[in-house]
Amino acid sequence: MERIPILRMGDLLLVTIQVDMHDRLAMQLQDDLTERIVADGAKGVLIDISALDLVDSFIGRMISNTAAMARVLDASTVVVGMQPAVAITLVELGLTLHGVKTALNVEKGMSLLGKRYR
Amino acid sequence: MSDAHTDAVLFETTLLDSHRQQRTARATLRLRSDEDVVGLRKQVRERAVAIALSLVDQTKLVTAASELARNTIKYGGGGEVHLDALDDGMRKGIGLLFVDAGQGIPDIDMALRDGYTTGGGLGLGFGGSKRLVDEFDVDSRPGEGTAVMIVKWKR
Repeated sequence: MERIPILRMGDLLLVTIQVDMHDRLAMQLQDDLTERIVADGAKGVLIDISALDLVDSFIGRMISNTAAMARVLDASTVVVGMQPAVAITLVELGLTLHGVKTALNVEKGMSLLGKRYR
Repeated sequence: MSDAHTDAVLFETTLLDSHRQQRTARATLRLRSDEDVVGLRKQVRERAVAIALSLVDQTKLVTAASELARNTIKYGGGGEVHLDALDDGMRKGIGLLFVDAGQGIPDIDMALRDGYTTGGGLGLGFGGSKRLVDEFDVDSRPGEGTAVMIVKWKR
């Protein structure tokens, strides 16, 4: 079955979304990440969306939900690398990704997660 | 491809009527599954690039297409989408016409409100997609189906 790989680095989980996600794949990622946070005792999740040329309401909701689930499992989530055109479209669509931390790139995202937990 | 449909009802909208004269080509895709939505996004992106829409306008159109295609599948029980190349003599554009033979939308104004959903989603897709395009028109008949037409023009 098609899956988006989740990499572990110390107590962080890293995900780079590099495919045009259909809805089932987005839901699968949300489930997989939540399970891995618990299984690996992860303290932080970094989701790199720099390769995504579209974030619609379904993907946006998946990201918000994942961050909320991570939070109640004592992990912090940072979304990095959003393309400017995607950001403009998201806001106009009405999605604010409430409660989701963002950073411009992976490096800044890692340092944001690092500051909080080390 | 003619205006006759295989298994979906086609309703008349004001926008649809005005664009019959501006249409230069049409392609039709089936909308049944998640994968069909991804396929549509790819097609719309290619067409938007072909008429040199700006990156922001490409992204807005593809996002609106994704939202409306999901609605066609989720609420309309599947249907089809017509991709129209438009030319009004001054500028080029892309028109997308989503048609389903589903239950219809009882109250369109209500459905367009942000936060209104009957399907457990965020309630942003329908009203939100209207904000992402230049022209938007809906015709829906309870028990018969829904047609939604959107247009993005090259600036």
